Amino acid sequence: MFESLSKKLERAFKNIRGQGKLTEKNMKDSLQEIRLALLEADVNYKVVKQFVADVQDAAIGQHVLDSIQPGQQIVKLVHDELVKLMGGGNEPLKMAQTPPTIIMLVGLQGQGKTTTAGKLAFHLKKKGHKPLLVGADVYRPAAIKQLEVVAGQAGVESFSLGENADPVDTCVMARGEAQMRGCDVILLDTAGRLHVDGQMMDEVRRIHAQVSPHEILFVANAMTGQDAVNSAKQFNDALPLTGVFLTQMDGDARGGAAISLITVTGRPIKFIGTGEKLDAIQAFHPRRMADQILGMGDVVSLVEKAQEVVDQEKALQFQEKARKASWDLEDFLEQMQQVKKMGSMGELLNKIPGMSKMMGKDVEFDEDELKYTEAIIYSMTPKERHNPKVINGSRRRRIADGSGTSVQDVNRLLKEFQQTKKMVKQMMKGKGGKGRMGNRARLPF
Amino acid sequence: MTEPRRGVIGRLRERLGRTRSGLVENIRRVFSGGGAVGDEVFDGLEEVLIEADLGVDTTLSIVEHMRSVAKERRIQDADALYEVLKQELTTILEPGDHALRWEADSGPHVTLVVGVNGSGKTTTIGKLAAHLTAAGKSVLLGAADTFRAAAVEQLTIWSERTGVPIIKHQDGADPAAVAYDAADAAAARGVDCLLVDTAGRLHTKVNLMEELKKIQRVVGKRLPGAPHDVLLVLDATTGQNGLQQAKLFTEALNVTGVALTKLDGTAKGGIVVAIQKQLGIPIKLIGVGEGVDDLQPFNAADFVEALFA
Ligand SMILES: Nc1nc2c(ncn2[C@@H]2O[C@H](COP(=O)(O)OP(=O)(O)OP(=O)(O)O)[C@@H](O)[C@H]2O)c(=O)[nH]1
Ligand SMILES: [Mg+2]
Repeated sequence: MFESLSKKLERAFKNIRGQGKLTEKNMKDSLQEIRLALLEADVNYKVVKQFVADVQDAAIGQHVLDSIQPGQQIVKLVHDELVKLMGGGNEPLKMAQTPPTIIMLVGLQGQGKTTTAGKLAFHLKKKGHKPLLVGADVYRPAAIKQLEVVAGQAGVESFSLGENADPVDTCVMARGEAQMRGCDVILLDTAGRLHVDGQMMDEVRRIHAQVSPHEILFVANAMTGQDAVNSAKQFNDALPLTGVFLTQMDGDARGGAAISLITVTGRPIKFIGTGEKLDAIQAFHPRRMADQILGMGDVVSLVEKAQEVVDQEKALQFQEKARKASWDLEDFLEQMQQVKKMGSMGELLNKIPGMSKMMGKDVEFDEDELKYTEAIIYSMTPKERHNPKVINGSRRRRIADGSGTSVQDVNRLLKEFQQTKKMVKQMMKGKGGKGRMGNRARLPF
Repeated sequence: MTEPRRGVIGRLRERLGRTRSGLVENIRRVFSGGGAVGDEVFDGLEEVLIEADLGVDTTLSIVEHMRSVAKERRIQDADALYEVLKQELTTILEPGDHALRWEADSGPHVTLVVGVNGSGKTTTIGKLAAHLTAAGKSVLLGAADTFRAAAVEQLTIWSERTGVPIIKHQDGADPAAVAYDAADAAAARGVDCLLVDTAGRLHTKVNLMEELKKIQRVVGKRLPGAPHDVLLVLDATTGQNGLQQAKLFTEALNVTGVALTKLDGTAKGGIVVAIQKQLGIPIKLIGVGEGVDDLQPFNAADFVEALFA
């Protein structure tokens, strides 16, 4: 969908080579491309304007380096500035010196607050805490019920005074409740509300005043457009937000709202949500986000992305499996989905500076192929996925029918799987060498 | 939903007017600079359109068009240019069928409601149930979101609120089976309209999109011609990804229209311009709040008017 920014910039930068210094004039086209790329990624118009002006200021007078590809210099500059703007990343939750720690979730309707509350509870539980989930959404039908179910799934305590109570009371009472149940973290799930709804904003202010939370996280969806600045600003004016939780990062949105949110609130993004399950929560990585927003990347981060598994534990598990060669079709699929969520394959490959040059043409990757592969693997039984050897002729027929593909397709996939498995094994053996070419050659996909 | 035209504009304007944010001032500033239409007018126009989420491509093509119109017709006056802009946007948004008929050739009329997580599907169904009942139709709800926690309970509360019966299975049940049963019950009971709620899903999840296709298929198996409408529910705060959502949902299903929700905030929902322009999917409904009455039919001229009101 998007032509890669680096490609556009290469074009825009042809003229600059050999001109000595970066000037307002010779950067004009490149900056315009960057501007458009950021707007396309949903960064707010005014934020983009300021950002591009800053980049220009930083760049003017710099020497044009002959050693690197045209375009890369300014891409790097922009990239660095974006990363700087987004902060160091990995900002942990602020825990109270004396428990309980109170974490309040706020935001517009339909951003994923309740699911997020469950994810945080699950995450904290795994770190040895005992969280209490508090249902303070008395407006959306069955919202409290939803929170209770989520608490059950996460295996944590939940509490609410119910739909007929004042949510402020529920939040206040939660403290005593936590003490009684021996909980050291309280997670307040407030109702979604519009920043322009005076009454509702007043309610959230009252909750804040009564319970003095240690963390107030603004929950926002990665698909949000230009209006992110308005809602974030008004929430930030009403409450001393401490951070942002960016949800639905598993889709294909470029996520430029992240920049808007950080700029407007002056607060870091603390976590991202990457799926509907409770363990789909990750720390925020500014560098990866910058890659995604700009539609570019480097080989190292591509490899990191491809290898990234939901959490550290899983990553270790995965490496272990790979080493032992018990790497199966489910792992194969999971890897593929990880890569896929970073953007379409073709887009992704073309993002790698120099990749198109290396291949001598645009890297084509058949997106349908990926869909087929998924369909085929989904049509297998768990046993077949774990041990593809059992897939005989009649099973192949059944799988092909179930996935709407042909037996040849199934055969091809199984062959590819075997090859990839071999590659993964090698990759694991050669781990540690982070040389660019080395990694590139070992890309599993 | 049957309010007279003026009422609709007035109401929407009132809702939208709660915080007109900078947009109104912007457009006023842009267009009432008094005097010559210069570059700053077009730059300002670009800003207004981008900030309304129309997206880079759509915005640039509209601005380009405005430039040439201004030149061709020798438009000197910003007010006149503003009229041209509104006309242009209306022309983009108008094509297609924006009406919902709620009538099938034979048997119940079936509507499948789909969209990404949290876009407002269930609430829209609640509002529709209230509206259709008020219009004298008999309605049945199908709770085919068996995945999200308490989704069935949420729809059940809407069914109680609106006095409309509901077909539901257990949490975790096969959504296609629920949809089939709902279609079956709709036929057996001879209801006028069946509204099927589905779980929110990202358009990029192939297996979940397959699941929707299956729901669409089985409903059609039980009631030939069904679903008669597939409504894609889109949150007005969505940015450029909305186009991608519309693309993939239409690729998978016979989407007949868009319901644009949450227009009571400050977001403008301008991505629908790109959706209509590039994909030709008409907007059918707009959501302007969380109450049963906060649903309105779409009208291009009103929408554009409200956008810049
Ligand atoms: N302000 C406002 N809120 C809305 C509107 N439509 C829906 N909502 C709210 O948005 C939130 C999500 O709505 P739901 O109807 O549950 O959305 P959904 O698409 O069914 O969500 P999932 O089933 O979880 O994917 C709820 O809090 C609704 O009250 C609207 O037009 N305006
Ligand atoms: Mg729902």
